[in-house]
This record gives sequence, C-alpha cells and structure tokens, in this order.
Amino acid sequence: MDLILEGIRKAFWLLITFDPEVMEITLLSLWVSGTATLISLFIGISIGVAVALSRFTGKKIVVSLINTGMALPPVVVGLFVTIFLWRNGPLGFFGILYTPTAMIIAQTVIATPIVMGITLAAIQQLPQKLRLQILALGATRIQLVWILIKEAKLPLLAAIMAGFGGVISEVGASIMVGGNIKGYSRVLTTATVMETSRGNFDIAISLSIILLLLAYFINLILTQIQQRTRPR
Amino acid sequence: MIESPPILEAKDIQVIRGGTLLLDISSFLMHEGEILSLIGPNGAGKTTLLQTLSYLLRPFHGELFFRGKKVERNHSILEYRRKLAMVFQEPLLFDTTVFGNVASGLRIRGMKKDEIHNRVMEQLERFGIRHLHDRSARTLSGGEAQRTSLARAFALQPEILLLDEPLSSLDPPTRDALIEDLEHILQRTKTTAMFATHDRLEALRLSSRIAVMNEGRILQAGFPEEVMNHPMDEFVASFVGVETILSGKVIKRNGGSFVASVQGKEVEAVGDARLGEVVVLCIRPENVTLSAPPSQEKTSARNVFPGRVSKIIPLGLYQKVHLHCGFPLVAYVTNHSLDELSLTEGKEVSASFKATAVNVIRKGET
Repeated sequence: MDLILEGIRKAFWLLITFDPEVMEITLLSLWVSGTATLISLFIGISIGVAVALSRFTGKKIVVSLINTGMALPPVVVGLFVTIFLWRNGPLGFFGILYTPTAMIIAQTVIATPIVMGITLAAIQQLPQKLRLQILALGATRIQLVWILIKEAKLPLLAAIMAGFGGVISEVGASIMVGGNIKGYSRVLTTATVMETSRGNFDIAISLSIILLLLAYFINLILTQIQQRTRPR
Repeated sequence: MIESPPILEAKDIQVIRGGTLLLDISSFLMHEGEILSLIGPNGAGKTTLLQTLSYLLRPFHGELFFRGKKVERNHSILEYRRKLAMVFQEPLLFDTTVFGNVASGLRIRGMKKDEIHNRVMEQLERFGIRHLHDRSARTLSGGEAQRTSLARAFALQPEILLLDEPLSSLDPPTRDALIEDLEHILQRTKTTAMFATHDRLEALRLSSRIAVMNEGRILQAGFPEEVMNHPMDEFVASFVGVETILSGKVIKRNGGSFVASVQGKEVEAVGDARLGEVVVLCIRPENVTLSAPPSQEKTSARNVFPGRVSKIIPLGLYQKVHLHCGFPLVAYVTNHSLDELSLTEGKEVSASFKATAVNVIRKGET
C-alpha cells in the first residue's frame, strides 16, 4: 500500500515541477500521435467521403474492409511496418526504423481506418434527399462534398477524436517500430511499460496520470458532440 | 390565348430503373408565368418527373430544352440547375441558423455578402419568419422549417420553381396558412412554378394548369376547370374528385343530348354518344341538388330521382351525402340545407342534376 501511495505522491511532484524527462516524453507523444492523426484525417476523410458518395460494384466489400481495418490489432500493424522498414526490407534504405517517423507511420496506419470508417458512416447517415437538395441549390460536385462534410462536422470530429484516442494510448506498434529510445523515440505508453518493469512506479504513475487526463479530455469532447447531435 | 414560347420543353422522356419504366412522357411543355400542378396517386411518377426535369435524376432518355436551348452534358447542366430551385416535402435544412439556410443557395453562387443580406432579409420578411433569422434550424417547428426551405428557394429568384409535395407533411392549420401565403407570393413575384401534390383542392387553388399523372404518364393536362369538369377517363375522373361515376348504355337520342339507361333508370346527358353506345357518366357532387320528396319545384333539371340517404359524412363546412336512387349518387350539401331538409340516414329525398352537369366519357359500342 505504501508503494502505491509513495508512487502517487512522487508522481504529483514530478508533474507539478514539470520534470524535464516527463515533459519530453509527453511532448513527443503529442507530436507523434498528433501528426499521425492529422495525416489520417486527410486520407481517412477524403476516402471515407468518396466511398460514401459513390456507387460501384464491390462497394459492400470495400466498406467491410474499412470496418475490419478499424479493428486492426496494433501489433499486427507494428509487425508489418517493421518488416517494411527492416534493413533488408523493401523500404529499408530509408533507414527510419526505430525513429519517431516510423512511429508516425505505424500510428497513421492504425488511425486511418478508424477515421475512414466513422466518416463513411457519418456521411451515409445524412438524409438521402439532402444530396439532391444541395445539388438543386446549384452546387458543383466540390461544393456538394464540402457542404456534406460541414453537415457531418460533429460525427467527423468524433472520428478524429476516436483516431487520436486510438493511437495516443497504443503501445505495441510504438515499441516495435520505435524502439523506446530514451530522449528520442520514447513516448508515454512505451515509457510506462519500461518504468513499470523496472519498478519505478512514481514515473510510471505520473505518465499514466497524463494518459488518463488525455483520455478524459478526448471523451469530454466526444460526449459534448454526442449531446449536441440530436435528430432533426 | 396568346402563345408564348415555352420556357421548358421535354421530348420523349423515359426513365427506366431496374427494368421498370418509371416515366414515359412523349411531350411536355411549360409556359413562363404559369403554375402547373401535377396530381396523381403515389408512384404515379410526379417526383420522378420533377427530378428528371431538374436534371437531378440521371440517366434518362430524352431531351430537355430551356427557352429553346437544349440542356446538355457538363457545363450547361450546372448553368441550367442554377436557374431552377426545388423544394421537397421535408425541409432538408442545414445545421445552421435560419439566415444561414436561406443564404446557402446564394453563397453557393458566390454572391456578395451585402447583397446576400438584403435578399435573405427580404425573403424572411415575405415568409413571416424574420424574427427567426438567428435561430438554429434544429429548433424550428414543421411550419417554420418549411417556410425557411421555401424562403431559401425563393431567394434564388429562380426562373422555374419546382415543389415536390411541399405541404404534405404539415398539419392542416399550418398547411392552410402556408398555402395562403404561398399563393400571394407566387402571384406577386409572377414565378413560374410546377408542383406535385396529392391534394386536389391545393391544385385547384394554386395552379393555372393541372396535369394528372398515373403510372409514369401524363393522362390529361389543361386548365383546372377543364380537367375537373371534363375528365377524359374514369381514372382521371376519380382522381379529380368526381364522386359519382356511372356506367350506362345510350337508349335515346334527341338533338344534342341523349338518354342513357343506368341500372334501370334513365339519365339525360349532353353529348354525341350514339345509340347503343356504352358511356361512363361523371357527376360532381356539388352539381347534385337534394330536396324533399316528392319534388314539386319546377326546375330545369331533367334528371330527377327519388332516393334514400345511405350515408352522411361530415366534412367540416359541408356534408357529403351518399344516396341510392336506383344507382349510387353522391351530393354535397351545406350544413344549413342538411338541417332544413332534416336529412338523416334512411331518409327519403329527391335528387336532381342538370343534363349539362353530366360529364360523358364515351366507350364505344360493345
């Protein structure tokens, strides 16, 4: 019991004094996951909207692939990204394995299907006739897409939050492709794993508190969105 | 009647979906300034026609001409669409304020902020929703939302306004208020409009021309009085509200009129039907007069039949009386007359209608 209380006490101390190592790890986490989410935003929303609005044979298969992608196990992603970036692998000449860049790549692969799937659902849930109404108002194809995205802005925001939430708390792929190198590729999740195994509970708890705060923050936004989206 | 060139012309329009011919119209015309209503049952093709004419439903066979110029692929389609405006049964508003909604079409066209503001305020004023300009679309009532949708369309000052059952989802008092406002606004702005509706009275009230549709075809189009009083077949007749439709055979002819035998009774009507020909006789309920039997009054009505009231259905300001006088007959009677004649179910009455009030559909010899 002392262990826990001592750990919590020291953790708060680290946080309040803005311990440099904890801060460095936190900022790197935000940078890596933030960048990954940003990229997944562009790819996910554009493809999600495109698939939602088009009709083609095999659409059902594509939609189920996207939905399956949402549940992709991060370690599997970590494995494949590692293989690709391995020294003798197809993209090995870039030499980016065990770098934050590799982590961004892996996290993008994890987040993109999530953003894509939720975007797809959000656009498809808009009333069918709304598309016709927008076209009837004289919109070009591009204006149509833009207006639909604006109409679905709340669920799309939820998609982004879900994507970010998924990768900020991800540990498997991040360790595999990042290597958890001190001061370089060490993020909140990977550091927590390491510090816990070493018994440094104070640092582990402080990092966990930050992760919890981030998770809470994300959920706060999601809940606000949920409460604001009422059927019209 | 001055022939002005049609603002819209459609030729050989066919829409086929999943093997079914949803729309089959060889020729369709619309003149500037007219208000055309499309009436017909569900599935008649009214929505399909509206959407095809606004190039929202593709692909389709046939050609569209706007002011004589053919509307073709690509750029001219967008140009054409921007000359129209469409209002649907549901308001389909955007998740923004009422002002934002009414302005949306103008923003799409890249209009300047000042001009947008003026136009939008003008429309909000016209539709009586100016006080709602700041409200979120999500908080509007059905009537307010539909007014916003209409304001949004009118703000575009379209050359043709298309409305797909715009009042169907509103409750009667809201609908009545909106019909009145819409009527004034259409007259004042001299907007060319086409609307689809179930409601014959709405069509009668608002339109300068009526087209009756069924199964993807236009069965009859013309001035409201023409279509209502001279339906060309039973389907049109029943749809435009002719309650009494009787089948008979011509047994006598005198000059411009004839007598048909209808279930044993003799009905006189005006027309050219030949002896022995089968005819369908349509009598509008407002043209049937009821009086206490036996009728002593001298009337110019040749068709006088004693009968018995079988059912009375109250319709608000008047009553619909079903009676049997050898054949079924339906009459409209004011509440006052109902009391005066003390009409009740089972009561004996005398029904009469003029020979000129009988609309004849000739069926040819059998």
